[in-house]
Amino acid sequence: MEIYLEFESPIKELRQQIEKLRESEKKNGVDVHTAIEDLERAVVEKTNEIYSNLTPWQRVLVSRHPERPYTLQYIETMTDGTWVEQHGDRTVKDDKAMVGGFGSIDGRSVMFIGQQKGANTKMRSYRNFGMANPEGYRKALRLMKLAEKFNKPIVTLIDTPGAFPGLEAEERGQGEAIARNLFEMMRLKVPVICIIIGEGASGGALGIGIGDRVLMLENTWYSVISPESCSTILWRNTDHKIEAAAALKLTADDMLANKLVDGIIREPLGGAHNNPNSAALHLKEAIISALNELEKLGVEERTQQRIEKFCAMGVVQQ
Amino acid sequence: MSWFTRKNKGITTQNQEKKEIPEGLWYQCPECKHVVTSEQHAEHDWVCEACEYHEKIGSLQYFSIFFDEHEWIEVAEHMKSADPLTFTDTKNYKDRIKTTIAKTGLKDALRVGFGKIEHENAVVACMDFAFIGGSMGSVVGEKFAMGVDKAIEAHCPFICISKSGGARMMEAGFSLMQMAKTSAKLTQLAAAGLPYISILTDPTTGGVTASFAMLGDLNIAEPKALIGFAGPRVVKETIKKDLPAGFQSSEFVLEHGFLDYIVKRTEMKKRLALTLSHLK
Repeated sequence: MEIYLEFESPIKELRQQIEKLRESEKKNGVDVHTAIEDLERAVVEKTNEIYSNLTPWQRVLVSRHPERPYTLQYIETMTDGTWVEQHGDRTVKDDKAMVGGFGSIDGRSVMFIGQQKGANTKMRSYRNFGMANPEGYRKALRLMKLAEKFNKPIVTLIDTPGAFPGLEAEERGQGEAIARNLFEMMRLKVPVICIIIGEGASGGALGIGIGDRVLMLENTWYSVISPESCSTILWRNTDHKIEAAAALKLTADDMLANKLVDGIIREPLGGAHNNPNSAALHLKEAIISALNELEKLGVEERTQQRIEKFCAMGVVQQ
Repeated sequence: MSWFTRKNKGITTQNQEKKEIPEGLWYQCPECKHVVTSEQHAEHDWVCEACEYHEKIGSLQYFSIFFDEHEWIEVAEHMKSADPLTFTDTKNYKDRIKTTIAKTGLKDALRVGFGKIEHENAVVACMDFAFIGGSMGSVVGEKFAMGVDKAIEAHCPFICISKSGGARMMEAGFSLMQMAKTSAKLTQLAAAGLPYISILTDPTTGGVTASFAMLGDLNIAEPKALIGFAGPRVVKETIKKDLPAGFQSSEFVLEHGFLDYIVKRTEMKKRLALTLSHLK
C-alpha cells in the first residue's frame, strides 16, 4: 500500500517505523524481529480501530481510494480466465465507462455488467471517470436481454460518481436510457444481483441497480447525490460536505437499516484496497450464496418479489 | 442634481394610480408584455394569447383544464412527508415541510385525481413545482403508486404531468428509490395492458426525467419546456462551453426522438382524448 488517506496516517507512521527497523537490521545486523512483530500487531490493531470507527465522510474517501479495485479487476479475479468481454450498444457506440460480458463463477455462466473507472490519468479519461453515457446504459440493457434469452443470471457491479452530464448525453437521452433500464430490469426473468463496490451516485448507479438482491461492500456509499454536490445545493458551498455525508445516511449500515439495500459484504481489514484478492473472494462468496437462494424461486415469484420490494420503499405520513 | 426636473409629478407616468390597482386582476406576459385580465388569462388556460407563452401552473389548474366539469376525486389527499432521516441542512426538513405547506397550501409535490376526460375515466397525477421545486420524495412515489393502483382498479389510463427539479435531497436514499418504485408501478400498469401517458412541462429534469417522465407509452410535452436529465448549468460546467440555443427545450427533445409530440396547453385535452381513443 502506497497511498494513505489522511485518517490513515497513524497506520502510515507505524509502517514507516517497520521499514526503518528493517533497514537498520540490514545495515547493522541487529536482530529486531520482535520489535517488528510488535509493530505489525500494532498496525493490525490500529487499522482495525480506525476502520471500525469510520465516519460517513471517511467511508466516502475509502470508496474513492485510488488503489481500490475496480469492476474489471473483480470480474477477472472472480471468473478465473473465463471472462469474455462484449462491446457496444448496437446503436451509437461502445461506452468505455460501462463494461460487460459473460464469465463463469462456481461452474455457472453469469453476465457481469458494471461501470469501470481508470487506474491512472490516461485510463481515467479513457473510462470517462466511470461516468456512462446513454449508450452505456443501453449496452448494459442489451447484455441483460442477452442473458435473459439464454437464461443466465446477471450480476452488476456499481461504481460511478454519476451518469455523465454532457451535451451529447442529453442529445441521446440520458434520462430515457436510465428510465428504460429501471423499467426493464424490474421484469427480467433471470436472477439479478447488484453490488455497490465503490461509489453509488444517484440515477447513474440506479440505472444498473434494480435487482433481487442489492448489496453494498462495507466501505461504499449509495445515495441520491454526492456529499459535495449536496453541500453546494443546500449550503451553497462545498464546505459542508462532511455534514452532508452524515445527513445523507449514505453508508452501507444506514442504507441497510432503512431497508433500501438487502445486505452488506464485509471487506478485508483496512478496506478492499488493502487486499483486493480477498475482497474479490468475499464478493464471489456473496454472489454464489445469493444465486443459490434466488435460483430456488420461480420466475414469476422472483420478479414479483423484486417489484414488491421496490414498491415498499418510502416513508410517509398518512 | 439633474439638468431637468419634472414640475408636475405623475402627469405622464400615473405612478400613484398604478400602485393602487389590486394585484391579481391583470396578467402581463413575461415574454411579450401583452396584458390581459387574469380572468381572460385563466380562460385561455394560462397561455398568452399573443405569443403563446405557457405560464407555469399548478395541479389544481391542470385538473380544471383536464377533467370534465372540473370534477374529480382526489386520491390520498392528506398524505404528507415524514422525515425518515431526520435531515438537517440550513433548516431542518420537518420545518421546511411545515412552512412549505403553510406557504403553498399544498400537501406535497404531487396531486392525484380520478375523474373523466371527454367522458372516459382517467387517473391524472400532476406535480406541483411550488412545493420544494416539485422534488420527488416518498410522498410523490407513494401517491404515484396509489394512482397507478387506482387506474388498474378502474381499468382506465394513467396520466402523469411532470414538473420537477428532480429528487428531494432531504430524503436521500429514499428519494433515489422513488425512481425505482415509480418504474416498478409502471410495469404493473403495463402488465394490466393500460395506457400510460407522460406529459412533460416546464421544467422536467433529474430523477423524474430519468424515471417515470420518460416511460410513457406516449411522451408528450408543452411547447418550449425545459426537459433534461442534468440541469443546463451542470451541462455547461461539464463541457465548459456555451450551450446551443434551444438546448433541452421540448422542440430539441422532440427532434432527438424522445417525445411523441408537442401540443399547446389549450389543445392538450382534445389531443389527449383523441390519443387515448386509439389505445382502447
